[in-house]
Amino acid sequence: MTEFTPIASLVGGALIGLSAVLLMAFEGRIAGISGIASRLLPPWGGEALGGRLGFVIGLVAAPFLWMTATGEGVMQTVSANVPMMAAAGLLVGFGSVWGSGCTSGHGICGLSRLSPRSAVAVGTFMPTAFVTVLLTRHVIGG
Amino acid sequence: MSFIVNLALGLLFGVGLIVSGMADPAKVLNFLDVFGTWDPSLAFVMGGGVIVAFIGYRIVFGMKAPILGGKFQVPTRRDIDGKLLAGPALFGVGWGLGGFCPGPALTALGLGSTGILAFMPAMLIGMWAARMLSEGGAKLRAA
Repeated sequence: MTEFTPIASLVGGALIGLSAVLLMAFEGRIAGISGIASRLLPPWGGEALGGRLGFVIGLVAAPFLWMTATGEGVMQTVSANVPMMAAAGLLVGFGSVWGSGCTSGHGICGLSRLSPRSAVAVGTFMPTAFVTVLLTRHVIGG
Repeated sequence: MSFIVNLALGLLFGVGLIVSGMADPAKVLNFLDVFGTWDPSLAFVMGGGVIVAFIGYRIVFGMKAPILGGKFQVPTRRDIDGKLLAGPALFGVGWGLGGFCPGPALTALGLGSTGILAFMPAMLIGMWAARMLSEGGAKLRAA
């Protein structure tokens, strides 16, 4: 069980949206994390990597800023099933690049731009994710 | 300058993930578990993000150019191809298995759980493989 947190989630979501808007305002780019992260991997084109590297470092550093600033921990329950988590990582990494985006690029940025491609992407990954959890929690593991 | 701005915006994005609860894969998985321990919070995260971005992008696209120079780089494709169905379908399965998508996974990395240490290298390999296949295919088609 996790607690339903409508207000905190709305506020947190707004901060994510604000980050995406400011990235567009400053850099002219979409805040798609799979795009930002995957373009840090080789082979590199001629484009500068400094900005994307900065964004990724910010994401990794965020929990430490949070813990220092608030004195609170970051609540997290992560499965320790190594083969399953590795398979999940492969699918998420491959699928997000193959489909040109993830929950941020297609979900937040794409839907807010009313992109038909993003609507199709979200309309595809949501059902497969729901079915995956249904199977693992209620059919196979249930 | 670009590095500093991006660092600050990455921090803001990551704090947003933490405040929203999305840094915790358990909340993501419970959102997906409609017939079990359902937690609708994720819909509020998407709602908050989309509303702010919808309004914010409209203001930003009224500007002539990005503040740090260059041009606005917005995806312009509108075609629906097989990759746009296959990629997100696979992504959804992985997301449902681990509860991580790329943003929260990066935010979880420094906390060093066993699960993220298995997930992150695999995610990077998957991204790299998709890029190689995709760009290799594009080169072949161009040749």
